[in-house]
Amino acid sequence: MKAKFILNFKPDMVDKPLTYLLIKEYDIKINILRGIITPGKEGRLLIEMIADDDAIEKGLEFLRNENVEVIPLQKKISLREDECVHCGACISVCPSGALEMNRENWMLVFTPEQCVACGLCKSACPLRLFKLDFAE
Amino acid sequence: MTNRTYSEINQRIEKGDVVVLTAEEVKVLAEKDGVETVAKEVDVVTTGTFGPMCSSGAFLNFGHPSPPIKMGKVWLNNVPAYAGVAAVDAYIGATEHSEIEDEYGGAHVIEDLVSGKKVDLKARARGTDCYPRRQVDATIDIDSINEAFLFNPRNAYQNYAAATNSTAKTIFTYMGMLLPNLSNVNYSTSGELSPLLCDPKMRTIGLGTKIFLGGTQGFVAWNGTQFHTTRPTNDHDIPMAPAATLALIGDLKQMCPEYLKAAVYERYGISLFVGVGVPIPILDEEIAKAVCIRDSQIETHLQDYGAEGRPSLGVYNYEQLKSGRIEVDGKEITTGSMSSMYKAREISNKLKDWVAKGMFKLTEPVQGLPSNTSLQGLKPKEGTQ
Ligand code: SF4
Ligand code: SF4
Repeated sequence: MKAKFILNFKPDMVDKPLTYLLIKEYDIKINILRGIITPGKEGRLLIEMIADDDAIEKGLEFLRNENVEVIPLQKKISLREDECVHCGACISVCPSGALEMNRENWMLVFTPEQCVACGLCKSACPLRLFKLDFAE
Repeated sequence: MTNRTYSEINQRIEKGDVVVLTAEEVKVLAEKDGVETVAKEVDVVTTGTFGPMCSSGAFLNFGHPSPPIKMGKVWLNNVPAYAGVAAVDAYIGATEHSEIEDEYGGAHVIEDLVSGKKVDLKARARGTDCYPRRQVDATIDIDSINEAFLFNPRNAYQNYAAATNSTAKTIFTYMGMLLPNLSNVNYSTSGELSPLLCDPKMRTIGLGTKIFLGGTQGFVAWNGTQFHTTRPTNDHDIPMAPAATLALIGDLKQMCPEYLKAAVYERYGISLFVGVGVPIPILDEEIAKAVCIRDSQIETHLQDYGAEGRPSLGVYNYEQLKSGRIEVDGKEITTGSMSSMYKAREISNKLKDWVAKGMFKLTEPVQGLPSNTSLQGLKPKEGTQ
């Protein structure tokens, strides 16, 4: 199984090797898609876990016991890219860096792997090109 | 000193040896060889912009049914159009909402028409001796009606303030969604590609100037509404606030949906993306210098749309705004735009192509745009809110 989660953790957790433990103790393959970790402040990670259901369940339990807030990403955003006029109205609302402007050709660059499915772009796009679906 | 005249430029367009560059290309040349070289070698520079322009709409003439009708109320796909003109004329405004659908309005009717789609027309009338009919329902399209021309009272704003929001909740504006606590900034012009920023004194733009409009040729019909020429300017003659505007006109039947696109701004309303490009003849060195303006020299205020009176939080240039991040109050904020640089560039290239291929000649303005104008506010009656 493959699943994405947002992990929020308290300042004192920032120094703990959480992802290392998940890999070593629970045999879960981890892709860190995005991380905002500043020492002394709350940390936030967007990760993808690849393992069998059982391992992921145990890994999540471990995280919760460590007081990490785990938010599963159940939704997925999709974009009708061919209709985009590259206005840029979706970019400044995107918290994850999934929507950026290529400053050479001034075209929108959408990186779905970074998306945290917050849905803000869906409201911001004047052409209504985003759709929020449940992930498989 | 004059380097060339309109008729000399047009002769060169006819002969096919005109030197035409886009506003982006000319800046590269100026940086390499200087403005004098630009003045000497370049005949025409093309600009472009593609942004949401609310003050847009179209006049349509539907033709008469038999017996004829003097339409009093008109709806197009359930969007009210203004029929308080002659019998079967109406004006469909871009921002008018459908009476039935949430995210459909006048801009969508215009886009549907230019896309060749069928549109439902409903008209009601009081009936007169000469126009006895009191109602008509019909299906129209762009070819079935007589005239259809875009007539936009205010387009191509010369500069615009950038927007952010300091309050604790998201606000929904025509500058897009502004997140709480200064979390994003939106700006809206194509900067160094923008028509009225490349000729800030409007020496070559006036009534009758032929332009690119909605994918075909159009004209400057008048100064736009809220035309303001006395804003404070920076060292590069650039007004630091929304200043001049253009009223534009063109044949809707020739336009295409790539350059006229309906837009929906959440909890604000409907607008229309309009593609506009203005060719600037390099008559002399002053104009050559003006078209070579860089984003770093075009400045605007960042306004707090959350606070009353929209106070300025500082002055930023378009190089900073277009970089994707600016610093406000020591905090890095993500910037985004409302108008498309990609499309603006496409428009400047298309117009360049038309000029180079002899398909588009330049027109000298019939009359210049006004000077020394400013804006008046509106005073509500005493005792009213
Ligand atoms: S849903 Fe849209 S705004 Fe939110 S993270 Fe994904 S791409 Fe960005
Ligand atoms: S807001 Fe919509 S049209 Fe504009 S760049 Fe984003 S996806 Fe494209």
